Amino acid sequence: MREAAISTPTTVVAETAVELEGITKRFPGVVANRDIRLVVQRGHVHAIVGENGAGKSTLMKILYGMQRPDEGVIKINGTPVAFRSPEGAIEAGIGMVHQHFMLADNLTVLENVILGSEPRKAGVAIDFAAARKKIKEISDAYGLGVRPDVLVEELGVGARQRVEILKVLFRGARILILDEPTAVLVPQEVEELFENLRVLVGQGLTIIFISHKLDEVLSVADAITVIRRGQTVASVDPAEVTARQLAELMVGSELPSPQTRGETVTDVAALTVRDLTVRTPDGRPVVDGVGFTIHKGEVLGIAGVEGNGQAELVEAIMGMRPAEGTITLAEVDISSWSTLRRRENGVGYIPEDRHRHGLLLEAPLWENRILGHQTQKPNVKGPWINRAGARKDTERIVAEYDVRTPGIDVDAAALSGGNQQKLIIGREMSGDPIVLIASHPTRGVDVGAQAAIWDHLRAARAEGLAVLLISADLDELIGLSDTLKVILRGRIVADVDPCDVTPERLGSAMTGAGERA
Amino acid sequence: MSPSSTGGFLDRVLGRVKLGGWLALAAPVLAILFAAAITAIVLLITGNEPFATFGLMVEYGFRPRTLALTLNFATTYYLAALAVAIGFRMNLFNIGVDGQYRLAALIAAAVGGALVLPGPLQIAVVILVAVVVGGLWAGIVGLLKVTRGVSEVISSIMLNAVATGVGAWLLTPELLAVPVAGSNNIGTKPIPEAAHFPGIALVPGTQTKVFGFIVIAALMGIAYHVLLNRTVFGFNLRATGRSESAAVASGVNVKKMVLVTMLLSGAVAGLIGMPQLLGASYSYSLDFPTGLGFTGIAIALLGRNHPVGIAVGALLWSFLDNSANILDLEGIPTEIVIIMQGTIVLSVIVAYELVHRYRIGAEQRRVGRELAQNTAKPEGAAV
Repeated sequence: MREAAISTPTTVVAETAVELEGITKRFPGVVANRDIRLVVQRGHVHAIVGENGAGKSTLMKILYGMQRPDEGVIKINGTPVAFRSPEGAIEAGIGMVHQHFMLADNLTVLENVILGSEPRKAGVAIDFAAARKKIKEISDAYGLGVRPDVLVEELGVGARQRVEILKVLFRGARILILDEPTAVLVPQEVEELFENLRVLVGQGLTIIFISHKLDEVLSVADAITVIRRGQTVASVDPAEVTARQLAELMVGSELPSPQTRGETVTDVAALTVRDLTVRTPDGRPVVDGVGFTIHKGEVLGIAGVEGNGQAELVEAIMGMRPAEGTITLAEVDISSWSTLRRRENGVGYIPEDRHRHGLLLEAPLWENRILGHQTQKPNVKGPWINRAGARKDTERIVAEYDVRTPGIDVDAAALSGGNQQKLIIGREMSGDPIVLIASHPTRGVDVGAQAAIWDHLRAARAEGLAVLLISADLDELIGLSDTLKVILRGRIVADVDPCDVTPERLGSAMTGAGERA
Repeated sequence: MSPSSTGGFLDRVLGRVKLGGWLALAAPVLAILFAAAITAIVLLITGNEPFATFGLMVEYGFRPRTLALTLNFATTYYLAALAVAIGFRMNLFNIGVDGQYRLAALIAAAVGGALVLPGPLQIAVVILVAVVVGGLWAGIVGLLKVTRGVSEVISSIMLNAVATGVGAWLLTPELLAVPVAGSNNIGTKPIPEAAHFPGIALVPGTQTKVFGFIVIAALMGIAYHVLLNRTVFGFNLRATGRSESAAVASGVNVKKMVLVTMLLSGAVAGLIGMPQLLGASYSYSLDFPTGLGFTGIAIALLGRNHPVGIAVGALLWSFLDNSANILDLEGIPTEIVIIMQGTIVLSVIVAYELVHRYRIGAEQRRVGRELAQNTAKPEGAAV
């Protein structure tokens, strides 16, 4: 069956590889896709752009057979199809490269590629020789440069992504869906990926490229479809549109910018970290001798490819993870303090993963207002919970931070990501913090909420808040930070002036290519 | 995020997720009807008339004496379920309630038999000893978990066995036991009459008194509710149960919470044997009731760890236990009631799960609808 999928129709019925007509998908409480129309030409890189939550991912899940549309027709190479599962989509020659890689670190590239579709020898044994040969062929044909016998754990992010692409090609895909493929890459790796994509489409493959990074889309796509609030609002030619126009199509209004205005940095130190080292249980340092000072009114940004010690650094500062070195909060040594005491004394925390660390999803909003502030007014009176006080203050946060909710008694799980995040920010800003540790504060929130969150951070900075900002969004880092440091393998490897740096140069500093950035 | 992935299945089983309004009632009622149907089928298969059997049980169950006994059993069950529920609310499975209450009752009985103090003072001492022993025995479990990472399920099951062994060793004539007058049973020295906890003639038309301890059990239910819902400690406990990672990030010292919660759960477990000891048997002998800790687990599940829900569950369980006694006389196997109790627990869990899914979907629809009305921009509910 798989072999059949590889063969393309000999007579080209149409140049259209994928056609979606009137796709509608409803979820409880929300229509994710409404009357989507999309035509993808064979041999094109077709970009689908839209803000977070616009419905891109749902649409791709429908195309890949992970979800079934409530209405509408999907045509592959001119033939209507109805997938019941991804297997059906794979048979029809559709492959998906997920944003988060689905690879087993402790297996080789070859083993990962064949996992689940192993070529058989005499019906039982795995035919490794045939698999290796096929992988070599695919890799050479498309210039992927994948070596079959290295362990995946030895590969960098870009190489892993090429393994993922090879994996779907190995399964006979002629139409590739790439879900935010550049989210995890630094600019140099993005360029390499785009080279690969051009080779792929040059050989007649079709690529559907999902992104919200407009510069990238403009540089690689042959056609662009814009989705806004679950609907296709425009199909444009990248040659005839600017990033700004595209953004306005996406948002439907003026584009916000993270630019920080005015100098608010003082010379009063709010948070000083000296020689901070965090070790894994086997003694390897994941944060290695990190030191910095954040002054009142200053935003200190930490740039780095994810997994270079940022999460551990934050948890050490919050007291959630044992660490060596000293942490000083407004001239008081807090190194030995518990998380609770640090929070009580003015350290606010916006965690990276709001579902795991920031919220009680199955608790009402007003109880979430108490979380992390269990010993502080207006939530408590001595050992007692002050329900009235907590509820009133939650109403205040909902109003001031524009948390869109029908009330404060709904569970946090019922809100969208952006509204959950606004609630967290409102909570962490209350009680006049001295320092705010903001880990990916706008990750996974829509553009509107992002602009609001940036505004709140700027306003707090103007009032003298010191902010440690960790983000994967380089524009956000450059735009908001007063000082910018680059972390690589647990060490601060570069100081960068945010007024005078481009995302590309920051990206090369993050990979260690240009440590003198 | 899809609706079914919010919170674990376990969270819902253990009642850490709330159910709204009438749905919270509909689930157990449906489950009980379902269990009755299953039991009816079993009765039919075994050649008994289901409606006649149920009629018999109801008639016998509502006799004054049976009602008094039902209240007495329920008092004990209620305390057992509260002890379990405290742990459940923060994801701790104190399977060891059984060993904790038996050891606590034995030592408290021995102390009560050895002392001669003014009545109320002696009662207080006996209860205090039971609470301390139960708490300490459970504290071992907590200590092992926070220092060595031992699963509380494993260690508390083991400690049940150890408690049985220690109890058998203590309850020998060389140590704590004396022969029980008029039988070949042995037990601790009886507690003097001045220190008996007075019963209440609550049910008219019978000589059987209701344990005075029912008042203490009710007070414990109120204390449980207040502690969990109105105090910072209770907030931390519930937060830890709902999401340990979020609790840690919010500054909760989870290790300390584990230890304190186990101590509390064990302390309440220490009370389980008290209604019987101070209200009926006045000594811990070989025929002291066993297995109440496991009944407590079932009832805590039935009542979703809610103090009122547990009370209803305890009454229902106890009613079934007591009304079943008539079946023997009619030649119907009393085990039919055990089948019914088991089916109730299973179907209640299934029913809660169905209701939960319905409620999450309904809430997301409601949020979506209300936001769509209020704002021009449709802000999606969690997708």
